[in-house]
Amino acid sequence: MWKDKAMRLLMVSAASTSICLVVLIFFFLARESAPFIVKPGLGALFDTQWIPVSFIKERFGLLPLITGSALVTGLSMLFTIPLSVLGAIYIAEIASPVEREFLKPFIELLASIPSVVLGFFGLMVLAPLIKHFFGLGTGLTALTGAFLLTLMAIPTVITLSEDAINSVPRAYKDASQALGASDLQTIFQVIIPAALPGIIAAIMLGTGRVIGETMAVLMVTGNSALMTWSPLAPVRTMTATIAAEMGEVSFGSIHYHSLFWIGLVLLAVTFILNIIAQRVLVRYGMMK
Amino acid sequence: MSTGKEQVIYWLIRMVMYAIVMVIGYIIFDIVWHGLPALSWDFISQYPRKGGAEGGILPAIVGTLSLLVGTIAVSLPLGICSAIYLSEYAEQSRFTAMIRLAIITLAGVPSIVYGLFGLGFFVLLLNFGTSILAGCLTLACMILPTIIVSSEEALRAVPSGYRDASLALGATKWETIRTNVLPYSLSGIITGSILGIGRAAGETAPILLTVAAFYLPRLPNSIFDQVMALPYHLYILATQHPEADKVLPLQYATALVLLLLVLGLSLGAIFIRIHFRKKYRW
Repeated sequence: MWKDKAMRLLMVSAASTSICLVVLIFFFLARESAPFIVKPGLGALFDTQWIPVSFIKERFGLLPLITGSALVTGLSMLFTIPLSVLGAIYIAEIASPVEREFLKPFIELLASIPSVVLGFFGLMVLAPLIKHFFGLGTGLTALTGAFLLTLMAIPTVITLSEDAINSVPRAYKDASQALGASDLQTIFQVIIPAALPGIIAAIMLGTGRVIGETMAVLMVTGNSALMTWSPLAPVRTMTATIAAEMGEVSFGSIHYHSLFWIGLVLLAVTFILNIIAQRVLVRYGMMK
Repeated sequence: MSTGKEQVIYWLIRMVMYAIVMVIGYIIFDIVWHGLPALSWDFISQYPRKGGAEGGILPAIVGTLSLLVGTIAVSLPLGICSAIYLSEYAEQSRFTAMIRLAIITLAGVPSIVYGLFGLGFFVLLLNFGTSILAGCLTLACMILPTIIVSSEEALRAVPSGYRDASLALGATKWETIRTNVLPYSLSGIITGSILGIGRAAGETAPILLTVAAFYLPRLPNSIFDQVMALPYHLYILATQHPEADKVLPLQYATALVLLLLVLGLSLGAIFIRIHFRKKYRW
């Protein structure tokens, strides 16, 4: 019996590491960003400029990075939502079983393409395309990044939306058809409304992924930390800033601590999105 | 049954779906088309020369493979044990709810934040330095939720009758799990783990800060060495290399090798899943 107890203990401790890990991550980001509060003070984060290395005056305003991330993410969700929802409807309701067997692995394939490869593709193919199409000086824009992020979000949102559509009870569909509704009316007026909480959760989880994406945006968005809302301007996202600057920063400097602040903001945003999405799923009984 | 107007809408939706499929196909085609001519045995088996402008990518391949082995060695036992707890032992309690919340949270943490955490915790605080060890641990944290979730799903798919029968014969809980649950869920666990490891293979952000070397034309000697890694190498060649245009064929070939590695892992996982789905039916 002692062996049984020992194994149980082993499993419990393994499972607890997840909790420890979350606590450690939050604690660590907080610890490394805390010195910034003393000097130069929290107010510095609300500056409108990000100039972490300067001979005159360093500025650590997160606002241009946040607007950069928001612009790229917003644009990308603008494309992702209709494409993914229609894609999920197609896979779940319209495609023939054979088609489904082919489409689902194909979407999974897209999910497994590394972001650096997508970024490379964006650099080689998409950026020149956008440059010529809009007659710009550079193809490295927020729009370019948004397109790549759309490719990354699509598998997540399609798969989860499809789960949501499949979780709608069969009886809803039968009832609707028995009342004389056509297939299309059934899809858009019965199934989609019933699956909506799940689809919304899927979109939120997709948004979380997009905000946290690093390599592709680092490679194709041009990385200039200017506050802009133009899709055709180069922007710099929060993730790209950490990736680009952490390697060169001197340990313990204000700049170092400010990068951890960016990480903390990212963590907080994705955490909140995640929690709300889970709440929605649990509330509407869509958790597996 | 459906009217002409509805047919049009069906076709529009179908076009959206196949437009997505074509874009995916085109990306893969583009990388293969440009990468294949530059791919050769020498490219895979030789050391890079002249700062990566010539020669092969052997150290990057070895680096990525060693990272994968280390990552799986840490995350697989931890992930499977967590999944066994959640599926076999856990009752409805606050503790279980907390574990689930933690796993969901971990799954949502951006990869660059794992990189930051790895840098602060493994590299600096535990003083592992920029090393394979720090990189593996960081990647292991990142794919842990994937492995737990897919393993738990695989364990739960085993019918409860298997457990009941074993317990009724007098086996202990652990004996039951070892002989009557784990063997039947192994394929699902393997599939999920391969998908997780595929993700780790392609990730750049977490290793950027914890292990990756810019240019290091030799093989690692110990787990405290830095290594080159395929995704980071591609990033460097494509964006940081002084003669980025000149090394274009090398960039495509590197992208192709990385793509083949990752897609090979995913396809393997998909085939295992299809194979075993036919074998066990309950």
